[in-house]
Amino acid sequence: SSSAASTPKICIVGSGPASFYAAQHLIKTLPRAEVDIYEQLPVPFGLVRFGVAPDHPEVKNVMNTFTKTAKSPQLRFIGNVTLGRDLSLRELRDAYHAVLLAYGADEDQELGVNGEKLSNVLSARRFVGWYNGLPRDTDLPVDLNVEEVAVLGQGNVALDVARILLTPIDRLKNTDITEHALEALSRSRVRRVRLIGRRGPLQVAFTIKELREMLALPDCITVCKLQDFEAVRPLVPGLERPRRRLTELLCKAADSSPSGDLDESKRHFHLVFFRSPLSFYPSPDVPHAVGSMKLVVNQLDGQQQAVPTAITETVQCGLVLRSIGYRSTQADPALPFDTGRGRVPNISGVVHPGLYVAGWLATGPVGVILSTMTQAFGVGRAVEADVCSGRVDASQARPGHTAVAKLLSDRGVTTVSWKDWERVDAVERSRGEKVGKPREKIVDVQEMLAVSVGAGGT
Amino acid sequence: SSKTQPLPKKEIVEVTFVKANGERIKVKGKEGDSLLDIVVNNSVDLDGYGACEGTLTCSTCHLIFKKEDFDRLPDKATDEELDMLDLAYDLADTSRLGCQIIMRKDLSGLEVRVPATVNDARS
Ligand SMILES: Cc1cc2nc3c(=O)[nH]c(=O)nc-3n(C[C@H](O)[C@H](O)[C@H](O)COP(=O)(O)OP(=O)(O)OC[C@H]3O[C@@H](n4cnc5c(N)ncnc54)[C@H](O)[C@@H]3O)c2cc1C
Ligand code: FES
Repeated sequence: SSSAASTPKICIVGSGPASFYAAQHLIKTLPRAEVDIYEQLPVPFGLVRFGVAPDHPEVKNVMNTFTKTAKSPQLRFIGNVTLGRDLSLRELRDAYHAVLLAYGADEDQELGVNGEKLSNVLSARRFVGWYNGLPRDTDLPVDLNVEEVAVLGQGNVALDVARILLTPIDRLKNTDITEHALEALSRSRVRRVRLIGRRGPLQVAFTIKELREMLALPDCITVCKLQDFEAVRPLVPGLERPRRRLTELLCKAADSSPSGDLDESKRHFHLVFFRSPLSFYPSPDVPHAVGSMKLVVNQLDGQQQAVPTAITETVQCGLVLRSIGYRSTQADPALPFDTGRGRVPNISGVVHPGLYVAGWLATGPVGVILSTMTQAFGVGRAVEADVCSGRVDASQARPGHTAVAKLLSDRGVTTVSWKDWERVDAVERSRGEKVGKPREKIVDVQEMLAVSVGAGGT
Repeated sequence: SSKTQPLPKKEIVEVTFVKANGERIKVKGKEGDSLLDIVVNNSVDLDGYGACEGTLTCSTCHLIFKKEDFDRLPDKATDEELDMLDLAYDLADTSRLGCQIIMRKDLSGLEVRVPATVNDARS
C-alpha cells in the first residue's frame, strides 16, 4: 500500500462537469491528495458555460457546487493551458502520480454529402458556441436573413438550436446569451424550422422536458404528420415509462397538429421523420450559400435501422444546422485512441492504472449532466482505489504543479488561476447588470486574459 | 422562507435517509422545508445531490419512498417533475424528487431510500 508520508498528486485535464465531479470525489476521499485542473480556456465549466442553453439558467446552478470544489485548499485551477499544445501527456504523467483526462467531445461529425461546404451549412455545436460565447465560434459566419431552416438530428442539441431560433426575442434578452447573437437574432427572418431525423418517433433522442418546452413556445406551431405515428401508437402501452411518456407527448403533438393551411402569422416547428439528406444545392439569390436540400425517404427494417427507399423530395433551407453526432479528438499522440469511434478506449474510465478518462471523452457525447456526474464519480472511485491499493505507486514523491509551472513559464504560457477567473466573473456580472442580464460574457481570449489580471476593467 | 408575516412556530420534523450501502442518516428539519432543504441544512453527505438547487432541472435529488408513504404525500408529482424523474437511475413506482416534497408534521419520521448512483459503463 502507499506510503503514509506521500502526497498523491493527481491532475485533471478539462474543467467541465466530469472534471469537477471527479475532483469532488478525490478531494473528499483522499484528504491528503493535491488535485490540479488544467483547462484550455481562461474560464472554467466547459459545456455548462458554453453548451447549456441561455434560456435554461437553472441548469447552470451546478456551477455553485463546482465553485465550492474549486475553493478547496486541495484544488488548483490552471486555465489557458491546452494539452497537446502547451503540455504533452508524457510531461503530465511524469509530474503526477495519476492523470485523469476529461476534455470532452467537441468535434462535429460531418454528413459527407454533396454541397456540405456551401456557406450556411453549419455545425449545430458551433452555432451553440456562437450564441454562448465560445471564443473559437464568435466569428461563425451565420446568416439569419433566411426563412427556412433545417436542423439535422433529433437530439437535445438539435432541439436547443431550434428553440433558440423560434423563441420570441424578448424571452432571450434577459439571459446570458452573447450580445452579437442577440443582435443577429433580433433581426432574424426565420419562420420555419424543420427538425429532421432519419428514423421515427420512437427513436428521437431528445428528452421530454425539452419537447414540452417546444410545444409551449408562444407564437409557434408544432407540425407533425399523422401517418408517421400510425405504426407507433399500438406500441406505446408496452414501452418503458420514460420512452412511453415521451412518445405519448409526441402522439399528442401529432394529434393537435393543424391539418389544413398553417397560420402564417406564426412561426412553424416541423418534426420530420424518416428522412436523410442526400445533397445540398446553392441558393439562387445568395452566391455560395445553401438554398435547398434533397432528402431520401427511409423505412425502418426489422432492427429498427433506417433503410433508404427510392423516393426523394426537395425542401427549401437557407440555413442548415447539422447535429448528427460528435466525437473526441486525440489531444496527444501518446494517448491510446480509437479513431473510428472518436474516443479513448477504457473500461469504466480506466485506460490503465495511472491514466483515466471521464465524461464525454470516456462515454462518447451522450447523456446529460446527471449521467456525466454518475460516470465521473465512478472514475473518481477507480482512481481512489488504485491510489489506496498501490496499483498507482504514490510512495515516491512527484513534483506535480511545480514542474509543470516551470515548463509553462519556459514556454511563455500565460496561466489563469481561480482568483483570476473570479475577476473575469465579476466583470462579466457587472457588465450584465447594466443591460439586465445575469452576465455579459467576454468572448475574446485576449480580453479574458487582460481582465483576469485586473486590466481592461468593467 | 420568503414570507413577511410572522408565522406560528414551525414544528420540528425527522427524516431518515437510507443510502444504497445501508447507511442510515437521521436528521431534523422544520415543517415547510423541502427534503432538499433538509439535506442541505444538515450537510447530509449525498454525492451530487441537488445539483440544480431545487429548480426542477436535474433529477439528482431523486428519492424512493415506501409505498405507504408515497401514497400519503400531499401533492402528486406534476408532469414537469415526472419529466425529470424519467431521466433518473433506478426509477421506481414510488420515486419522487426530493426538492418537490415539502415536509409536514404528519410526515415526521419519514424514511426514504437514496438510490445508488449507477456506475454507468457504456464505454
Ligand atoms: C449544446 C449542449 C447543451 C447541453 N445542455 C444540457 C442541459 O441543458 N442539461 C444537461 O444536463 N446537460 C446538457 N448538456 C450535456 C452536458 O453538457 C454534458 O453532459 C457535460 O458537459 C459533459 O461533461 P464533460 O466534462 O465530459 O465535457 P465538457 O463539458 O465538454 O468539458 C470539457 C472541457 O475540457 C476542455 N478542453 C478541451 N480540450 C482540451 C485540451 N486539449 N486541454 C485542456 N482542456 C481542454 C474544454 O474547454 C472544456 O472546458 C448539453 C450539451 C451540449 C453539447
Ligand atoms: S434539485 Fe434538481 S430537480 Fe431537484
